[in-house]
Amino acid sequence: MAEPVVTLDGVTVLYGKNAALRDVTTAFASGAVGLLGPNGAGKSTMIKSLLGFVVPDRGTMRVLGLDVAKSPLEIRARVGYMPESDAHIPGMNAVSFVAYCGELAGLPRVDAMQRAHEVLFYVGLGEARYRNVETYSTGMKQRIKLAQALVHDPDLLFLDEPTNGMDPKGRDEMLDLVRDLGHNKGVNLILSSHLLPDVEYTCDQVVVIDKGTVATSGEINALKQPRGRVYELRVKTSDDAEAFLERLRVAGLDCHATDEDVMRVFVPGDGGAQQLFALAAEAHVQVRHLRPSVPTLEDVFAHAVGEE
Amino acid sequence: MPIHDQGYRRYGGGKSPRGQSWLVIARSGIRTMLQKRAFLGLLLVSWFPFFVRAVQIYAAANVPQAAFLAPTAETFRQFLDQQEIFAFFITVYVGAGLIANDRRANALQIYLSKPLTRAEYIFGKLAILMTFLLFVTWIPAIVLLIVQIAFAGNFTFFTNNLYLFPAITVFAFIQVILVSSAMLALSSLSNSSRYVGILYTAVLFFTQAIYGVIYAVTRSSMLAWVSFSANLSQIGDVIFRLPHKYDTPWPISFVVIAATIAVAAFVLDRRVRGVEVVA
Repeated sequence: MAEPVVTLDGVTVLYGKNAALRDVTTAFASGAVGLLGPNGAGKSTMIKSLLGFVVPDRGTMRVLGLDVAKSPLEIRARVGYMPESDAHIPGMNAVSFVAYCGELAGLPRVDAMQRAHEVLFYVGLGEARYRNVETYSTGMKQRIKLAQALVHDPDLLFLDEPTNGMDPKGRDEMLDLVRDLGHNKGVNLILSSHLLPDVEYTCDQVVVIDKGTVATSGEINALKQPRGRVYELRVKTSDDAEAFLERLRVAGLDCHATDEDVMRVFVPGDGGAQQLFALAAEAHVQVRHLRPSVPTLEDVFAHAVGEE
Repeated sequence: MPIHDQGYRRYGGGKSPRGQSWLVIARSGIRTMLQKRAFLGLLLVSWFPFFVRAVQIYAAANVPQAAFLAPTAETFRQFLDQQEIFAFFITVYVGAGLIANDRRANALQIYLSKPLTRAEYIFGKLAILMTFLLFVTWIPAIVLLIVQIAFAGNFTFFTNNLYLFPAITVFAFIQVILVSSAMLALSSLSNSSRYVGILYTAVLFFTQAIYGVIYAVTRSSMLAWVSFSANLSQIGDVIFRLPHKYDTPWPISFVVIAATIAVAAFVLDRRVRGVEVVA
């Protein structure tokens, strides 16, 4: 396995008495990694800590092999950051803004200007590059934030909720850009989002964070492979379906009713469909529909954060 | 398959050595200000007293009947006093938005996600205001000294007043550093440049008003150190070897100026951060 681009070891961040991160130990592999969690889980705090904006109360962090506490400037020269909130430098048009960010990151002036034009075309703002950034729509502001993060060609991108406030078409285009960067352009990226489809579409790996702790992490495909099988089941029963559900639970199956008579049943081990048929026969319940179900990242997320 | 991919490309060029970001910030800020016509007008008007003084020096050197206009060391001190009004307008015009506008647009997290320190950011912003303030104080005063030498055709005045060059330089820099750091600190306290401008004006006039009230009651200028501008004036008199205008001992004025700069540095250290943490 390749060297992780980011590692956290026992990191705790306190805001007064509230812990935003609690003893977090995890690693982000190279490639595209999603940082997934509900609002307030500590995703932005983690990114801001990695950038050196927030100093952790405990623990150590390494980015691209460099210690965040000792080499913050070396790290920032090699990373790009797309903040969650609206952010720009007032009074500039897009190309000046992006070139200025390139110069701040150490690019020579001419190179910064050339890169600014290229990157603005890449993010789809080529035609609007001479417009003042303050006149941009929300979607355009998201794109320019990505452009300023890319202009100095970072080895690692931190994207904090990049699709916030975008319309569906803009959101799809932004996700395509992120996916392209991570999969075709060789840029490592960490995508922080509370939107499961965004992470699932753009990333290969995920770190799920909840209430300041890491709930689960790993390759998305591997996490979606349950240790057992999930079935979509519809039954007909003369009694209350709840009684049958209870019988399944007693047998050690994890089941959730998704509709009046449709339920999702997780059968651990190798028992599979036969165990379900056997239980149905015992309870005199007719199985009308049984189909193996493919777990989604949503299932992984819900399971990791303890939601039903 | 496209013949040439016009998408994102990796950068293969070199990068500038670290520590020059303040220069990028200063250069960009100066360029932005110079693009404003109203500001260019203000800069031009602020050089008007220089031309009046230059005519005075020319007349004194070339017209015997105008010999009474001959410059003295005090002339240069008065010139710097006259420039204070322009320094005030430039401070408000340029300085009020330096950090306030960045705070309004959340630009601090953009700046500080780049490889530059908070000190570099502050120094870059400071350099913008200091450049324009020196342009209307130190530079015209020094040029005036050169004009005197040129019109007189000799170095007599200059050699008789050798301390003038360092005096102009030291006083102008103390004035500019004090005003710039105070304004920058105020600018970091708000997201509105308009509010910062009003605040700066209020601080300036309020401290002077307090001194006025104290003087009216006590008939003594011992407490002139409460006034922002009186301290500067007192230090100016010391530097230019002139009789002191106030009874406040000059070391106290000096300490107040140093303390103001220290407080401004402390405020800037607290307020210029990539993320605002409300615990």
